[in-house]
Amino acid sequence: MTAEPDGPEDRLRRFATIWSRAVFPVTSTSSTRTEFEAHLLPLARRLSEALLARAFDSDAGRAVGAALVDAHCTDPEALSRTLDCVDAYLVLYCGGDGDQEDLRARCARLQHAMAAGFARALRERTLAEQEAIAQAALKAQGVVAQALHASEARFRAVFEGAAIGIGMADLDGNILQVNGALLRMFGVSDQTLRSRNVREWTHPDDAPQTWRLYDELVRGDREHYHLEKAFYRPDGTVLWTNLTVSLLRDADGEPQYQLALMEDTTERRLLNLRLRYEATHDALTGLPNRTFFFERLEKALGAGEGQRFGLCYLDLDGFKTINDSLGHAAGDRLLVEVADRLQSCATAPGEMVARLGGDEFVALTTGPDTAGDVDELAGRIMNALLAPISVDGRELTVRGSIGIVEGPAGERSPAEVLRSADITMYRAKSAGGNRFELADPEADARAITRHGLTTALPTALERGEFFIEYQPLVHLGDGSVRGAEALVRWLHPQHGVLGPDRFIPLAEHTGLIVPLGRWVLEQSVRQAREWRELQGGAEAVGPLRINVNLSPCQLTHPGLVQDTVDILERAGVEPDALCLEVTESALIGADDDLLKPLRRLAEMGVDIALDDFGTGYSNLANLRRLPVSILKLDRSFTQSMQQFPADPVDLKIVEGIVSLAHSLDLAVTVEGVETGAQADQLRILGCDTAQGWYYARPGPPERLHELALVDATG
Amino acid sequence: MERPAWAPRSIDISVPSVSRMYDYYLGGSHNFEVDREAARRAMEFMPGLPKIMQANRAFMRRAVRYAASQGVTQFLDIGSGIPTFGNVHEVAQAARPGARVVYVDHDPVAVAHSQAVLEANDDAGVVAADLRKPQEILRSPEVERLIDLNQPVALLLVAILHFVEDEDDPYGAVAELREALAPGSLLVLTHASYEGIPLPPERAGGAVDVYEGIRNPLIMRSREEIARFFEGYDMVEPGLVAMPRWRPDTATEDEDPYAFSGFAGVGRTA
Repeated sequence: MTAEPDGPEDRLRRFATIWSRAVFPVTSTSSTRTEFEAHLLPLARRLSEALLARAFDSDAGRAVGAALVDAHCTDPEALSRTLDCVDAYLVLYCGGDGDQEDLRARCARLQHAMAAGFARALRERTLAEQEAIAQAALKAQGVVAQALHASEARFRAVFEGAAIGIGMADLDGNILQVNGALLRMFGVSDQTLRSRNVREWTHPDDAPQTWRLYDELVRGDREHYHLEKAFYRPDGTVLWTNLTVSLLRDADGEPQYQLALMEDTTERRLLNLRLRYEATHDALTGLPNRTFFFERLEKALGAGEGQRFGLCYLDLDGFKTINDSLGHAAGDRLLVEVADRLQSCATAPGEMVARLGGDEFVALTTGPDTAGDVDELAGRIMNALLAPISVDGRELTVRGSIGIVEGPAGERSPAEVLRSADITMYRAKSAGGNRFELADPEADARAITRHGLTTALPTALERGEFFIEYQPLVHLGDGSVRGAEALVRWLHPQHGVLGPDRFIPLAEHTGLIVPLGRWVLEQSVRQAREWRELQGGAEAVGPLRINVNLSPCQLTHPGLVQDTVDILERAGVEPDALCLEVTESALIGADDDLLKPLRRLAEMGVDIALDDFGTGYSNLANLRRLPVSILKLDRSFTQSMQQFPADPVDLKIVEGIVSLAHSLDLAVTVEGVETGAQADQLRILGCDTAQGWYYARPGPPERLHELALVDATG
Repeated sequence: MERPAWAPRSIDISVPSVSRMYDYYLGGSHNFEVDREAARRAMEFMPGLPKIMQANRAFMRRAVRYAASQGVTQFLDIGSGIPTFGNVHEVAQAARPGARVVYVDHDPVAVAHSQAVLEANDDAGVVAADLRKPQEILRSPEVERLIDLNQPVALLLVAILHFVEDEDDPYGAVAELREALAPGSLLVLTHASYEGIPLPPERAGGAVDVYEGIRNPLIMRSREEIARFFEGYDMVEPGLVAMPRWRPDTATEDEDPYAFSGFAGVGRTA
């Protein structure tokens, strides 16, 4: 559209330009000035037309006012500037040459209408936009609420579906919400549980810190705590849990709630208890076992001042016989019954009964007055064993030996106490059994030595702690050395040299006598060969013979003959160089089975001497059937001859024995010869050989050699 | 509707929102008193704030027209805020009928309003997502529906990066988006800066503090720092400049001094 300079169109445009310039700075349009002016031009045209119309209509003003709002001139300043501009320039630029007064009036009315139109449009727009943004906010909230709902539903599913118990309470302990798992753990309804207060949930097994931690948490001094806790279920059973309690705070950090997470550990705990029970109890009797007993004994011995302990160590008398004769099953049933009876004896607090193994039981009592308690306890045990026990239809009488140890805590170790009790029990047993003895330090010391020697015997043999001394055997007729008796000694690292009386019975008891005896035989036979080699051609007095003692145990050992033969052969020694000494008591009532090996040895040429003859009940008639060739008179016969004059009755007896022996072709050897008078007397009585301090004490093998040489040359 | 992972737990309209404040600066009524109150407080320090917003809108309009003139028909406007006059889709679709536009914002109210405005427009969509998680934007159903990443896209980051703190790695996010764009794509960017504000920085700082106070810190960056966002892009003439100086339609001397606050620029991927 072209505009004639200063024509109506040109003037209209100039008005629009002025208008645009005035309003543009206060608009928030993103249009350029040019675009904005172009936008205002049609509006200016409408105003111009309304101004000049034949019939005035102010609607155009309203429309233009509204159009301004549509062009994003929402700032009231835009209206103000627009009205200023219209007031000043509309009539001037667009009024033409009409009636000025009329034009001014119309212009004023247009301004009023524009203001109204602007206001109405702005109001509409504002309301619409407010409505729109409110709707948007609502919608967004709806979306979020929906998401929250979904999220809450998920959380609720987690809460309800969790295998772990979850509960929430306020800080006063009122339970607000719990999940299904927690209800199942407690075995109660939601309602029942929610009527409870957390503080009511005490249990005797609560750890000492349990409720302190709780108080700290609800005070807000602690964020969470974790412990093992027991709860009572309504049915009285106990629920054990791994409990974690956390403090929940609000947005401002103020403590609001407590949240408890609990895991049911009852089963696991039971299993642990069972494992612990199995580890500490005897499977047969159900009594506490050695492990458990030692724990308790240790605790009792570690108790504070003024505390004492009393221990009864019980071993059944003759239980081995029952086991051997009736079988282990019967033995076990007997032990179960004994255990039950013992259990009923120790019911007071601080008392316990345990099975250490086999038929060994212990009863422990603790407290300040155990001196009296333990005697009563032992008495109760003895009484409890009085009534016969019925096993497999048999009424078995059970007796026991009890060793009692009593004393203050804190002085001895459990091992020491138990050993003392063991020793004391053996003392009771040696005294005939069916009794109790109280430990006493001296007896303990003796027994400990005996006990110590017994346990040291096997290693002593391995370590070569034994050695042999030889005591010469002298011919009473010519005073020549005919041989020697081998006597074993033990060079004990602590106790020094010990004689056979100290350890041979122990070796017999433990069976070590067999290897020990074999060793002695080997050594002695080897020694015999050495002597023979040294003796060389000194055949005048005949070969030197070695006497070796045989214990009853060796006598019954099936390898006796073979061992002896082997040893002789290995050493290259003739059997006639060996004499085995057997005690008379070992052969009393001996049957043919027992004599058979001796006969075999005698047939081979080994001499058999009957040792300690005359001490026991000597069945003289029996002598005939024994494969012995020598009688060794006990030293008790020679002792009486040390006096002068000798007891004539003793002389007669010896004379009789010698006469009897000789008539049976037995040689007679006497022991314990200490004086020359004795020796003379015995020679007169007809004894063949003698040994004793008068000739020589037992000594190293070289001594004998020297004596023999003296003999041979003298 | 699925609740996106980023969505707040609740909509608290008692807390000012930067997009509704923006609307208020532009004379709109898509705002609540809290927004207006915060905006008025910021304007006490910088009375010309509305002019800056207006300059942003004007620059964006020119940039969209430029993109359209370069043959770009796809627009991804991240941080679109409350739709008001002169929206990208209006400008773009006016210049190029059929042009496709996806708006992205993390303000749920802005998103809800955008959905209402765009209900009838098949070529425009809205994504509720956060610039800090570019993959969520790129993989959103709306982007997949409307934008072919094998073709050039105009990526608009207008007045948004100054709301992303360094610790949230805005450079990384911009780079990640660039990686996804086909050659010939454009980055349209404006950013607040103390440079160009016709006030001493202490005074402008007062307005910055207002944003800090509403927990939407405004990160003022230097020109150099802003230029780094264009790494991997060739700058389109006249480069990174004050908003009115970027390809103006009319003489710039009439512009309000506040319009020269901050920087604007367009870059093109090689």
